[in-house]
Amino acid sequence: MITKDYIITAAEGMHARPATNLVKLTKNYSSLISLKKGDRTVKLSSLLNILSLGIKGGETISIIIDGEDETSAIIAIDAFFEEELKHL
Amino acid sequence: MMINGIGVSPGIAIGKAHLLKKQEAALSNVVLSDDTDIIAETTKFNNAVYLSVTEVEAMISNYDQSQGKEGLEILETHIELLNDPQISEDVTGKISKEKKNANDALIEVIADAVQLFKNMDDEYLSARAADVQDIGNRLLRNLNASTSTHISRYEADTIIIAEDLTPSDTISMDITHVIGFATQAGGRTSHAAIIARSRGIPAIVGCGLTLMDIKDDDLLILDGRSGAIIINPDQEIVEQYRVKRENWLKQTYLLRSLKDTPATTTDGVNINLLANIGDANDMEQAIGFGAEGSGLLRTELLFMGRDTLPGEDEQFEFYKTVALKAKGKPVIVRTLDIGGDKQLPYFNFPAEQNPFLGYRAIRICLDRPDIFIVQLKAILRASTFGQLKIMFPMISNIQEVRAAKIILQQAKDELIKASIAFDKNIPVGIMIEIPSAAITADLLAKEVDFFSIGTNDLCQYTLAVDRMNEQIKDLYDPYNPGVLRLIAYVIEQGHKNNIEVGMCGELASDPKATLLLLGMGLTDFSMSATAIPEIKNMIINSSLAAAKQVHQRVMGMDSSTSITAYLQEVTS
Repeated sequence: MITKDYIITAAEGMHARPATNLVKLTKNYSSLISLKKGDRTVKLSSLLNILSLGIKGGETISIIIDGEDETSAIIAIDAFFEEELKHL
Repeated sequence: MMINGIGVSPGIAIGKAHLLKKQEAALSNVVLSDDTDIIAETTKFNNAVYLSVTEVEAMISNYDQSQGKEGLEILETHIELLNDPQISEDVTGKISKEKKNANDALIEVIADAVQLFKNMDDEYLSARAADVQDIGNRLLRNLNASTSTHISRYEADTIIIAEDLTPSDTISMDITHVIGFATQAGGRTSHAAIIARSRGIPAIVGCGLTLMDIKDDDLLILDGRSGAIIINPDQEIVEQYRVKRENWLKQTYLLRSLKDTPATTTDGVNINLLANIGDANDMEQAIGFGAEGSGLLRTELLFMGRDTLPGEDEQFEFYKTVALKAKGKPVIVRTLDIGGDKQLPYFNFPAEQNPFLGYRAIRICLDRPDIFIVQLKAILRASTFGQLKIMFPMISNIQEVRAAKIILQQAKDELIKASIAFDKNIPVGIMIEIPSAAITADLLAKEVDFFSIGTNDLCQYTLAVDRMNEQIKDLYDPYNPGVLRLIAYVIEQGHKNNIEVGMCGELASDPKATLLLLGMGLTDFSMSATAIPEIKNMIINSSLAAAKQVHQRVMGMDSSTSITAYLQEVTS
């Protein structure tokens, strides 16, 4: 299991477009991927759940990955937060 | 104020507007009784998801990039929301644990999610409530479109105003109270238009966006011939139209009174006027209009508005009832013609670039003989209760006819083996609606007992005009000399080979075309039952000799404008 924290750098926070892309990205992996904000943890497969967390710019979230392909999944998710979300 | 659309079903209606909302979310408070219900409701929900995703995917593939990518991104978000495992889990949980039906479970889940977003302090995120509501509405619409139990009740003299009407909307419309309808979208051959004509209520389609300026309870006058809608007219205009409506009703009555007069030309040629029907009720109604049988029983209605394929016994009952209602008059049963614009919730059609040129009708039946043979056996079994004929749609070459006949023979063999009676000489025919079939009518005539010309598709395929495309609807023209030559050739080849030739497309119900078609030698005209009296009136006042001259003159003309102008002149 891999856990990693990210600071949301985009000012608008995690809105529908990046969240949609994140959900699509996690579908490429068999590992169970979750997102934790505060005391709430949701599966990354549900766009509704991600949006319902109301993640704002500047907030910190954790990504939890558990499964066979967790090492390749974390690389892709790293890239997503480092690059894509920053440029929104 | 006045709005103009395309008048697709003649008649005058004066009544109050009722705007059909896309979906009125109403809880049914149904409590499911057992596991069978739970499974059925869960399946219904899953079908609605599938249909909704397919719809949005179609919107994405048709998306005009010049309108900016924002719209596209919203659609992609909608796909994710439609596929959202949380929504699915919540809905199916409510179905299985709280024993709610799919409709109620979905309404509650969507309402909760919408509320959740609305409560967010972030302006951007709270606006996502609209996206959730949007996909919720889409799911609900697809959920309810797949049930035939959803029938709306209206006050007397209601005129329905809607963005568009699906076949099931129109089919389930209560015409004892609805006296007419108008839609924003649609063309002459849309399902809504076809069904309005067959039910004899005035209808206008293709009205455009201004239609939605109409408010509930506005007084409307609908002229289904000219395509005009007058909104809140003054008393004087209402009086004028009241007189027009009375004349129309009187004329309809008069024409219906011809129902027992045989359709014979002044020089003694007997013509068969038949009805295009969808079920046994239509057959009964058609006989009231003077139909001498049915030239087209569309079997799709039996397959639509439900969650599973109908079995052999259920189909047998359906065909048997139609055969009995026809009281010994001939009924041409067209085998399954799905695909294109007619989708089934339980049958996964692959997404196609060109559904009208794709996997549909006989192509599906030959690919899925397991489905086809069930229908054929049911029709055969029903053939002992009347004079049934079998017709294959969308034939493009002779091999398809032979392949279909082999499966028909298998169906017969299975019945013989099971000692079940059927009409061993049941006539077999084909639709001529693809240009290659029309051009090879000489070859195909040797393989079948009859032809039926489907002018709607023949016209669309010959002219390369999508009949659903509003922008090019003027090009869709059955009076195009090319189309007319194909029709004349098919009739000629049918006669040479001594087989019957009928027509079941829209042209058969167009009084302008009656003389021309008579002159070409057409003897069987199949149409919406309501059109029969008017066509009969044309026939009993015409002679075959004169019609032949009309045909000759038309064949010498080079444009549909001059052809229609000439036909208008000789028929009025």
